[in-house]
Amino acid sequence: MDAGRRDLRRREGEGVVTSMEFLSSANKELGIDALISLIKIAVIFNALLGLFSLMTYIERRVLAFMQFRRGPNRVGWFGILQPAADGIKLFFKEEFMPEGANKLLFFAAPIVSIITAYVSLAVVPYGGPLRIPFYGQVTILGRPIDIQMANLDVGVLFIFAITALGVYGIVFAGYSSNNKYALIGGLRSSAQMFSYELALGMSWVSVIMAAGSFRLTDIVATTEKWGIWPWMILQSPAFIIYMIAACAEVNRTPFDLPESETELVAGFHTEYSSMKFALLQMAEYINMITVCALASNMFLGGWLSPIPFVPNSPLWFFLKMFFLLFVFIWLRATVPRFRYDQLMDFGWKRLIPIAAVWVVLYAGATAFFGEKRPAPATIAASAVAGEVAR
Amino acid sequence: MILEVILFYGAALVALISGIFVVSQKNPINSAFSLIITMCALAVMFAMLGSSFIAVLQIVVYAGAIMVLFLFVIMLLNAKHEEGMTGGGIGRAALILGAILAIESMVVVWKGSAALPQNHKETVSADVARGLFASPRFLYAFEATSILILAAMVGAVVVARKEKKK
Repeated sequence: MDAGRRDLRRREGEGVVTSMEFLSSANKELGIDALISLIKIAVIFNALLGLFSLMTYIERRVLAFMQFRRGPNRVGWFGILQPAADGIKLFFKEEFMPEGANKLLFFAAPIVSIITAYVSLAVVPYGGPLRIPFYGQVTILGRPIDIQMANLDVGVLFIFAITALGVYGIVFAGYSSNNKYALIGGLRSSAQMFSYELALGMSWVSVIMAAGSFRLTDIVATTEKWGIWPWMILQSPAFIIYMIAACAEVNRTPFDLPESETELVAGFHTEYSSMKFALLQMAEYINMITVCALASNMFLGGWLSPIPFVPNSPLWFFLKMFFLLFVFIWLRATVPRFRYDQLMDFGWKRLIPIAAVWVVLYAGATAFFGEKRPAPATIAASAVAGEVAR
Repeated sequence: MILEVILFYGAALVALISGIFVVSQKNPINSAFSLIITMCALAVMFAMLGSSFIAVLQIVVYAGAIMVLFLFVIMLLNAKHEEGMTGGGIGRAALILGAILAIESMVVVWKGSAALPQNHKETVSADVARGLFASPRFLYAFEATSILILAAMVGAVVVARKEKKK
C-alpha cells in the first residue's frame, strides 16, 4: 500500500508534466510547452480530418467489395476523391430547422458530439516517442517529442468520461428534432450506451490491474515488460468483451438501433441536414477511430512490434488500428441487426456477467500468484465498484 | 499563475451561470443540459486543484451516468414546460433566505481563504482521492457506503412496485 503511494509521489516528482500539472504550475517554460502542444494539436486534428474522410471511402469500398458491388468509383482515381465531393455537397446544402424544434439543443447536439469525439482523442498515444529511422529521436528545442497531445495520469478514465458525455450529442439530437423517429432513436441510444458502458468499463479492469496505472503509456510499457504475445493471449477475454461493448458504444451495425433505417428512417439524425449532419457523422467515425486506437494501445501493445527482430514503430500502432477498423466494417457487412430486447438481454444478462466473472478471476489470480503493486489495483477495483454501484 | 486565475474564474463563471439556468429554465431538458455544464465546470476546478482522479469521476459518475438517467426519464415521460413561479409568499421567502445564504457563504469564503495554508493545493484536495482509495481503512467504509446505496435502490424498487393482484 505504502509502496504504491510512494510510487505515485515519485512519478509526480520525475518532471513528467501532465497537462493537469501543466495547468496548475507556474512554469517559466510554459510558452514552449504550449507551442509544442499547439503544433501537435494542429497536426493531429488535421490528420484526423483526413483519416475520417478516408474512413468513409474505405468503408464504402470494403462494404461494396463484400456485397459484390462496385462502390464509389467515379470521382477521381478509383473514387478516391469521393469524400471530398461529399464534403462539398454537404457544405452547399440547405440548412434546415424542423418546425417546433428546440433551437438551443438542435444547435448544441452536433457541437457536443464533435467536441467530445475530438477531446477524447487528445490522450491517446499514437505510437510512443517519435523516432525517424537513421535520425533518431525527434526533438524540438531539446524536448523529446511523443506522438500524443496529453499524457494524463488518468488517461483511460478520461477517455471513459468524455465518451460518456458523447451520448448527449445523440440524445439532444433526438429530443430536439421534434420528430418521433428521432426521439425513439435518442431514447434507444441513451439506454444502449448506458447498458454497454458497464461491460466496457469492466473489460478495462484486468489491463489496469496488470499495469497498475491509468496512464496509457504505462500500459504499453507493461506490455513491453510482459512480452507482447503473452499479454495479448492473457488479455484476450477482456479484449473480446471490449470489442463487443465498444461496437455498441459507437452504434456500429449489430448494435445500430439508434439509427436503424428500416424502422426509424435515420434515427436521431433524421432531421439533420447540411454541415450539422456532417458533424454528427464525423463524430461517429471519430469515435470509432478512438475505440480502435484505445484497443490497439491497451490490448494489442500499441507501437510494439509483434514480430521478433522487427523494430517497434508507430506504424505498428496504425496497422493494428486499421485492422480493428476493418473488423468493424467487416462486422457491418456480415452481422444482421439485433432486435431491441435481444440487445438488452445480451448486454445485461450475458456481457456484464461474463465481464464480472473475468474481473473476479483475474483479481483472484493476481492475489493468488502475487502482484508487485496491489495499491493501484485497489484503486482500479474501487473505481469499477463505483461504476457498478451507480 | 495568470493562466490559473483565468481558468478558475472562467470555470467559476460557467458553473454559476449554468447553475442559475438549471433553476430558471422552464424546459426540463434545458435544465438538465445546464446541470451537465455545471458538473463539467466543477470537474475543471477539481483538475486545477490537482486531483485529476476526482475530476474524472465527477464527469463519469454525475455528468456521464446520473444525468443520462435523468434525461432518459424526462424524455420517456415527455415532461412539459413548467408553469412559471406563482410568486407570492413562498417565492419571496425563498429569495430572502437565498440572499442570506449567499452573503453567509461569501463571508465564510472571505474569512476562510486567509486561514488556509499557502500550499493548500496539496493538503486539501490532491490527497483526497489517494487517501480515500489507497488505504484500506477508508476503502472499506467507502465500499460499505456503496452497498448502502445499493440497498436503498433495491428498497426504492420494492416500494415503487405495484401490488400483485390476489
